[in-house]
Amino acid sequence: MEPASLAFRERAAAALEDPVLRTALRRLESGWQQGRSRAAAALPEFEALRDAAVAIKDHTLAHLDLYLEIFERRFTEAGGVVHWARDAAEARAIALEICRKAGAKTVTKSKSMVAEEIGLNAFLEANGLTVVETDLGEYIVQLAGEVPSHLVGPAVHMTRERIAELFARHHGGAPKNDSAELVAEARRILRERYLEAEVGITGANFLVAETGSIVTVTNEGNAELTQGLPRVHLVLTGIEKVVPTVEDAFTLLRLLARSATGQEFAGYTTFLTGPARPDERDGPREMHLILLDNGRSAMVGGPFREMLRCIRCGACMNHCPVYLAAGGHAYGWVYVGPMGSVLTPQFAGLERTWTLPHASTFCGRCQEVCPVRIPLPKLMRLWREEAHRRHLPPPTARYGLAAWAFLARRPALYRLVTRLAIAGLGLLGRRRGRFSRLPLAAGWTASRDLPAPAGVTFHALWKARQRNRA
Amino acid sequence: MPAQPRVALFVTCLVDLFRPTVGLAAAELLEAAGCRVEVPEPQICCGQPAFNSGDRATTEAIARQFIPVLEPYDFVVAPSGSCAGMLRTHLPELFDSDPPWKARATALAGRCHELVSFLVDVLGFEGSPGRLEARATYHDSCSGLRELGIKDRPRRLLAKVEGLELVEMGRPEVCCGFGGTFCVKYPEISTRMVDDKLADAEATGAELLLAGDLGCLLNMAGRAARRGSRLAVRHVAEVLAGRLEEPPIAAPREKG
Repeated sequence: MEPASLAFRERAAAALEDPVLRTALRRLESGWQQGRSRAAAALPEFEALRDAAVAIKDHTLAHLDLYLEIFERRFTEAGGVVHWARDAAEARAIALEICRKAGAKTVTKSKSMVAEEIGLNAFLEANGLTVVETDLGEYIVQLAGEVPSHLVGPAVHMTRERIAELFARHHGGAPKNDSAELVAEARRILRERYLEAEVGITGANFLVAETGSIVTVTNEGNAELTQGLPRVHLVLTGIEKVVPTVEDAFTLLRLLARSATGQEFAGYTTFLTGPARPDERDGPREMHLILLDNGRSAMVGGPFREMLRCIRCGACMNHCPVYLAAGGHAYGWVYVGPMGSVLTPQFAGLERTWTLPHASTFCGRCQEVCPVRIPLPKLMRLWREEAHRRHLPPPTARYGLAAWAFLARRPALYRLVTRLAIAGLGLLGRRRGRFSRLPLAAGWTASRDLPAPAGVTFHALWKARQRNRA
Repeated sequence: MPAQPRVALFVTCLVDLFRPTVGLAAAELLEAAGCRVEVPEPQICCGQPAFNSGDRATTEAIARQFIPVLEPYDFVVAPSGSCAGMLRTHLPELFDSDPPWKARATALAGRCHELVSFLVDVLGFEGSPGRLEARATYHDSCSGLRELGIKDRPRRLLAKVEGLELVEMGRPEVCCGFGGTFCVKYPEISTRMVDDKLADAEATGAELLLAGDLGCLLNMAGRAARRGSRLAVRHVAEVLAGRLEEPPIAAPREKG
């Protein structure tokens, strides 16, 4: 997927005028935001759990090669096949090859952000396969021809009315007004597809090194049906998802749903170790795992390492005032909100996405709620530094900054220039106390008045005060 | 602590240019709390405009300019959570590859404070000379709240202001949309955020909106003025010091 992130401002401005989106995003505040806060308050050891989670992730990342190799060994012993993919193209090619070998015409898929990251659906469809999303939100987004707007709730930007319309158009019949009816309709249709599919593709929330298990977390049970019914199960995930032990996975699981939706635990959590054994009647006959690098191993040794702690809970976006104003689609690529503003430049290139790390007030709420304490503002600032080095921001911003920097490094000149400018502005603004318009200040004055300065700088006043005292 | 601590008032660039009365109020509060206040020069700015734009070289150059100036003082105090946060938490980060300067920056950072938390936590100052018949609400500026943990200190001191009634917003901790250059880079989003903030403040029935950071205050006052809101906007130090002769931010200075 080509990033459209350079148009963040325009896309956000359009989103701000979309009343459906406004209604939808307001629900996030009252729903998941408050849910997280209640869940955190109800668990006395919540903060200690966060510390433990950070320790688990940091330890694993420091020994990532070791744990990945242990995982690979256990996974293989359990009967699975591991495929290492250096980048998106390699991962797509491996996935297609597995589907072809399985003679697949239809593949079912449970939610996988890594699949979005590598553009898997479009690629498989271009190669003649039918891909059916089974997570309700993903299914809705797929029907609408859109992309997810949120990590956890892909269709969080939609309202029930829009979904009813969409279902009526694709499934036939009159639009239904009741959520339960809509869910029942999707379930009925998806059940048939589960049985048709030759390959089921899932992501993985965690990989457990000591057992070779993959862990999936959903609220709909769709991952279980996706991995259990077709003959071949293909797991697609990033290399940073490995944790050493089952106990570690549980520590992170206790944080995941609480941080994401405010649930104590998600509806369905499955540990799956290998395909069906020869004497077992249920389960896939083959199990494959594509482990995607796509720049992650380079992050391990670099300044963005802390980002690899991310467990994809979405708390950062649920609490981000910029995300809640702009909506996920404004970000123009797969990962959105604060975590997306750090990851997208990594995966899609800073040249085409440098606007995202700038789209933050650095209010720090994301870091405050991140279960694994990722310093998101700091990481966004690092991208800004890189963007500055590469001269990516527009000339107006760069020259404005350079002019200010020139003055700020010459205190005597700064005092002179500011004293004169402030005297002038003070005089002009004396009557009204504010300006509705000023040259070069349109970014401010388009929607705000600029409070007029008093006309005398503090430093001038202070000197006068000290003289009077002497 | 010395009997009369020598305090360098770090005025901040916005107070210097837009609202000098906040600097005077801060100095008076510090003096009332027993400090000897000086305003050493050169001090221009804490460097955040450059720091948050990704310009590390300029940020460092500015820091090298003010560190030696501020070093001789017992404390450095700024009437801003954002600038104090820059000095306290980010200053040492700037010198990761320069150990001697990092040591100096770290030593200085530990002595830098935001005004209100300094008054309460370091000086144990609990009185307030201010007096104002008004119903006010307080906005928690992000850096002060999340970088420095300033939450109840301003409220504690405001509770001592005679005549002042403090009412809470529904979401006082949500960003007002200022964000330094964010507000001019993404004005549409910023405007939505400040509108939400003002609606929250207006819903409290307060006539006065207070905060401890001039950036946020200029943003909120500027938008309130544009919308014709009846909210008056002031820096918390003005109210605490009883320095109210200057009209509220963005209000006319001359009748006419």
